[in-house]
Amino acid sequence: MGVDDILGLFNYWMVIVLMMIGLYTVVSRGNLVKKIVGLNIFQTSVFLLYISMGKVTGGTAPILTGKPEVYSNPLPHVLILTAIVVGVATTALGLALVVRIKNAYDTIEEDEIQAADDEKEFGDAAAAEDGRR
Amino acid sequence: MSIAAVIDISLLVFLGLTAFAILKLRALFAVVMLSSVFSLVSAALLVHLDAVDVAFTEAAVGAGISTVLMLATLALTSRREKAPTRSQALPLIVVFLTGLALVYGTLDMPRFGDPQAPIQVHVAPKYIADTQSEIGIPNIVTAVLASYRGFDTLGEVTVIFTAGIGVLLLLAGFIREPEGLRVQTMDHHLVLRVVTKMLIGPIMLFALYVQFHGDFGPGGGFQAGLIFASAFIIYALVFGLENARKAVPGRAVRLLVACGVLLYGGVGFVSFLFGKNYLNYSVLGVDQVAGQHLGILLVEFGVGLTVAAVMVSTFYAFAGQNQPISDEDW
Repeated sequence: MGVDDILGLFNYWMVIVLMMIGLYTVVSRGNLVKKIVGLNIFQTSVFLLYISMGKVTGGTAPILTGKPEVYSNPLPHVLILTAIVVGVATTALGLALVVRIKNAYDTIEEDEIQAADDEKEFGDAAAAEDGRR
Repeated sequence: MSIAAVIDISLLVFLGLTAFAILKLRALFAVVMLSSVFSLVSAALLVHLDAVDVAFTEAAVGAGISTVLMLATLALTSRREKAPTRSQALPLIVVFLTGLALVYGTLDMPRFGDPQAPIQVHVAPKYIADTQSEIGIPNIVTAVLASYRGFDTLGEVTVIFTAGIGVLLLLAGFIREPEGLRVQTMDHHLVLRVVTKMLIGPIMLFALYVQFHGDFGPGGGFQAGLIFASAFIIYALVFGLENARKAVPGRAVRLLVACGVLLYGGVGFVSFLFGKNYLNYSVLGVDQVAGQHLGILLVEFGVGLTVAAVMVSTFYAFAGQNQPISDEDW
């Protein structure tokens, strides 16, 4: 594997790094707002993956100028541009759920919500530990 | 190494560092601000990768709407994340193995920028070659978005519509009348007040330019809708929700949410009535190109309407919650 291969795959690798940071934030952090930010990082990394694949060396933005030119692929641009706006709309939905969870449980930390649920179902926290085993 | 590669690598590394800082920080205010920075840096990277329309959208989203919504959520919930109580080993192993598998998967991918990659020789050449003669507008992205793949975009607009309805359903029951006149505004800040008044006009004008110039340059309904919504949101932030509701009542905004999707779908039905396929705009004008122009203008307007209305009504729903957002929250 030469320098060209490494440079040619660097974008994809960085995308994977970003994706994994996002995924790790989602699975390892208990705070619901932090999880949503992690989900956004994951999402942006997918956008960058698509756009990186559409890039053509020496190409330019796909807006016709009348001169013969090399254009980058317009199709990923279309898919991702709509996906970004859908992303905000679904993020808003997620945040609305967080606000409702805060109203219902008075916390947005995952383990405290779990503890509150256990307490409701099994009586107290100690019984909850037994119940889970 | 060329300059292009240096820019590419440094922006990607900067994104990586920002993402890592977001993961490590526990002050959620800083996390939200960094996620806005993350968005703007990725917009810069998208410009570098020739995706000007996408960069435009990402910048409008990251600098404006999503940051405001997250800050509103912080004001309603809490501003600090608690320290993790569970062991972090298992998530770390899972993430590491997944990443390794994905890196292995990239090894036989076409190299970055390869003009012979499968993605470049499939339908893209047709779009690039035929846009001028079939659609007659210079921006290929708009041509593909509104005409060639109009079905996709209709689907996306419907998703935005549905998500907007979801937010309203989730938060509507909790919109309470403010007790007395507890609504806090920022209009006691002289600088904010003056600057906002000066900015709102140009922001709206720019949104209209982006909306109707989207056929010729970067832009279109999605970007214009976001920018237009920011003008209302900045007004509501500085002069208070009540004043914003007086200028644009919530009912009217909710009506517009549906109108945009209806306009998009309706244009499709008009082409039905003329005996063509759904969303085939050729019948709308005297010749094919004129019909495409009118069709794209109308559906882009529908997109802009729905996006702007969903964003404004989402903001109303968040800002109308029990605890008003006060100076200390920003």
